[in-house]
Amino acid sequence: MVAVASTNEFVVKFANVNGTGSASANHLFAKALFRMGIPVSPRNLFPSNIQGLPTWYEVRISEQGYLGRRSDRVELVVAMNPQSFTADVDSLVPGGYLLYDSTKLIDLSRYRDDIHWLGIPLMDICMREYQDPRQRQIFKNIIYVGALAALLNIEFPVVKDLIADQFRGKEKLIAPNIHALELGHQYASQNFDCPLGIQVRRRDLLGDAILVDGNTAAALGCVYGGATVASWYPITPSTSLVEAFEKYANRLRIDPGSGNKNFAILQAEDEISAMGIVIGASWNGARAFTATSGPGVSLMTEFLGLAYYAEIPVVLFNVQRGGPSTGMPTRTQQADLLSSAYASHGDTKHILLFPADPRDSFELAAQAFDLAERLQTPVIVMLDLELGMNDWVSPPFDWDDRRRYDRGKVLDAGQLQALDTFGRYVDVDGDGIPYRTYPGTHPDKGAFFTRGTSHNPFAGYSESNTDYVENVDRITRKFTTACDVLPAPVVGKSKRSSSLHGVVYIGTTALVMNEVIDRLGELGVSLDTLQVRAFPFHAEVFKFIKNHQKVFVIDQNRDGQLRTLLINEGDIDPAKLVSILHYDGHPITAATVIDAVVGHLDVKTGRPSPAVQVPPQEVEQ
Amino acid sequence: MSYIPKPSFRHPQLPVNDLGLTVRDYEGALSTLCAGCGHDSISSAVMQACHQMALEPYRVAKMSGIGCSSKTPNYFLNQAHGFNAVHGRMPSVTTGANLANRDLIYIGMSGDGDTASIGIGQFIHAVRRRLNMVYIVANNGTYGLTKGQNSATADRGSLAKKGSANPWDNVDLVTMAIQAGAGFVARSFSGDKAQLVPLLQAAIAHNGFAFIDCISPCVTFNNHRGSTKSFDYVREHNTALNRTDFIPMKEEITADYQPGEFTDVCLHDGSVMRLHKMAADGAAGYDPQDRVAALDHIQRRSAAGEVLTGLLYLEPNAPDMHEVMETAEQPLNQLGERELCPGREVLQTINASFR
Repeated sequence: MVAVASTNEFVVKFANVNGTGSASANHLFAKALFRMGIPVSPRNLFPSNIQGLPTWYEVRISEQGYLGRRSDRVELVVAMNPQSFTADVDSLVPGGYLLYDSTKLIDLSRYRDDIHWLGIPLMDICMREYQDPRQRQIFKNIIYVGALAALLNIEFPVVKDLIADQFRGKEKLIAPNIHALELGHQYASQNFDCPLGIQVRRRDLLGDAILVDGNTAAALGCVYGGATVASWYPITPSTSLVEAFEKYANRLRIDPGSGNKNFAILQAEDEISAMGIVIGASWNGARAFTATSGPGVSLMTEFLGLAYYAEIPVVLFNVQRGGPSTGMPTRTQQADLLSSAYASHGDTKHILLFPADPRDSFELAAQAFDLAERLQTPVIVMLDLELGMNDWVSPPFDWDDRRRYDRGKVLDAGQLQALDTFGRYVDVDGDGIPYRTYPGTHPDKGAFFTRGTSHNPFAGYSESNTDYVENVDRITRKFTTACDVLPAPVVGKSKRSSSLHGVVYIGTTALVMNEVIDRLGELGVSLDTLQVRAFPFHAEVFKFIKNHQKVFVIDQNRDGQLRTLLINEGDIDPAKLVSILHYDGHPITAATVIDAVVGHLDVKTGRPSPAVQVPPQEVEQ
Repeated sequence: MSYIPKPSFRHPQLPVNDLGLTVRDYEGALSTLCAGCGHDSISSAVMQACHQMALEPYRVAKMSGIGCSSKTPNYFLNQAHGFNAVHGRMPSVTTGANLANRDLIYIGMSGDGDTASIGIGQFIHAVRRRLNMVYIVANNGTYGLTKGQNSATADRGSLAKKGSANPWDNVDLVTMAIQAGAGFVARSFSGDKAQLVPLLQAAIAHNGFAFIDCISPCVTFNNHRGSTKSFDYVREHNTALNRTDFIPMKEEITADYQPGEFTDVCLHDGSVMRLHKMAADGAAGYDPQDRVAALDHIQRRSAAGEVLTGLLYLEPNAPDMHEVMETAEQPLNQLGERELCPGREVLQTINASFR
């Protein structure tokens, strides 16, 4: 039988039962590879459930730096869940390996004969070594990590160091964990031909990179960006963003004199209230944010219209999940583009930012507060579950200590004193952005009445048709100003000086694009790329589309929402934009994009479609 | 909008307060509500209360939702910022505003539709967080702006203008507020300014959630025979539990009354609320700091068909939202990079924790 063989290019899948403590063991595995300097992308594929249902943790190891999800096929499965066992066996490539608990006899002949079985009596070992039932459960996970270290050639001291780091402050737990690792390592070394055909080797390719999830990164961006008020209502997959903000704020934002908090976090009764709290706080001059997902944004839309029209800064993180209604709460999509861009009734439009990795998430989170206050309007940071809840190899966070917050056009008491008249919605500078004042600034100047009803330049109630039109046209001017200050797109030129074809995408789709471009290059197809980072679109985006004959638009939703936005906002001939769609709730793969491009351009590859390709080398074992 | 400019004439001998301001300095725009609307009396009571307490108008933030009542903040305290939010959502906006700046005085104006229907969730949660604000419901039992539909505070059996009896039970906001943890709960009547003004002053002085359910008849849609929210009905059924004097901190307390006739309660800012018991019609009264007794009494008087008014419940020293949350004394909106941004060096340590 053949065995798959590869160094530093393969995928390992852990199949666990939800709620059995496997997450930290699996993370340990991924982190060990990271510390060996090998590009690695772990991701949770988990059900919307507390305990009992199957959950998977998929780790792609790629020396070439391909961090996107590869495919449904993997080289090694750690099959710890009887419920999903058959499906897990089926997910292996021919010649792949299956690590399973051999305590109970399993009739392997009922399954495939083209894979390698690695049976370890995990439960037996645990029963022998541990008395406490909880320990038996937990250490089973650590034992298989120890076995994997032997099987895949992971440097054992690296794993031991990680255990020591993890339990710093709880030193009592270090020794038993290392013992469990050794049990697994020993068993694998004695019973199997280690290392396997698939194995890892230290590469030190990662430099000063960090391994962190996008929600934590965004939360740190909020701390550094000066957010003082956070209000939220728990919802997957955004919850960990506010929890991370709380963790870091408690660490970094305690007033040294009094011990009091230089921040306020309020769990609201619903998303409507969370948004109301953000609006009230921002109106009153604090930097405030909320984090939610699609269903929460739906609830916030009336308030978003108020913030748009009354011109109040708002920072909102929409960590997108799958589907309409309750949909697929633990699956990923980018399907809230239209509902976020035009949230609320009447003529409304909102600024969207699209981070693609944790570093970007940190940076755009911090920048969102500057933009919201400068432009006096909601800014929605569009993450997705794939970015928010998974760990990514990312450049480290950076902060320039000379950087100052841009608080926008706010008049203080002295400036008000010098003014003859103050009009909240007067376009003094011709950029569409008016001046605002905080309550309690000046005894008799600068007060105004904030309202969602139509108003004149002095914030007075007005139903005059000319007042209305002048006001909404000024807001349009403000959005024109916005296009110039929003983050510009990232343009990538193909290796040939420029291609006739381009591809446009947002957010986490960027994580598969290096693989897409390389593989297409092997097929003789070159594409110029453009990663959109903000809406309304920068002029560069439309220039890029204009300069290409055909532009692929990648959407992680059914309806081609990014394409719709481009057509709508740029007055683009729809025939020019070719949709590439992916919306099954799993993260997009390079193969999806490659197949679509190859299919559309009718490329004669002479090879099987990349989607069904298995990794390159196969050798006899 | 009113097309009649408000006259700027003021009487030369209007009394001035400690700030040298007359009550006209506490006025707002000309009201556009119906002539005789109870809500205008509430606006006027707010102006009087603020004037008598010598509040600096610009230190007040006027908050409201949507409805006739929610228009009123435009009609008082011109020098204060106002926020006319969306329907039923004034409590959350005020919560956010208060989190950003704990030093301002927040006066929220709402109505029975805004609070007891669409906004009942936000109302209850603002109460239970002990948000430091004065929350006034101008309660007329009807939707005036949409021409006379019953609201959730309309009593069962109360007749609408066209004659139909309300089939549904009513929401009683004062008992709800007491149950949810409000530290100051009163009911008053827009037609009784002598009662309302000192209650407002005490509510402003109270630290925490101060709620005033102010029956405020709608002269256009709910002031007819058979309505339980008409001027006549409320006058006939009003049972005043007590009368309140508000004595600001700086004034000496002089006893004009026989002992036993009144109770003094010291408020958070050192001022004193003097409660004169008015045990009319066999209403024996109770200790207003006894939550269970308050609820019992309110429900008994309500069952007897009375509209019980006055200060109904008081918990003068409960911690407010900021104390519970341990937020900084300095308003959060005054903090800058120095207090908020941990800087590059710390970020490098954080980066290291992710390797």
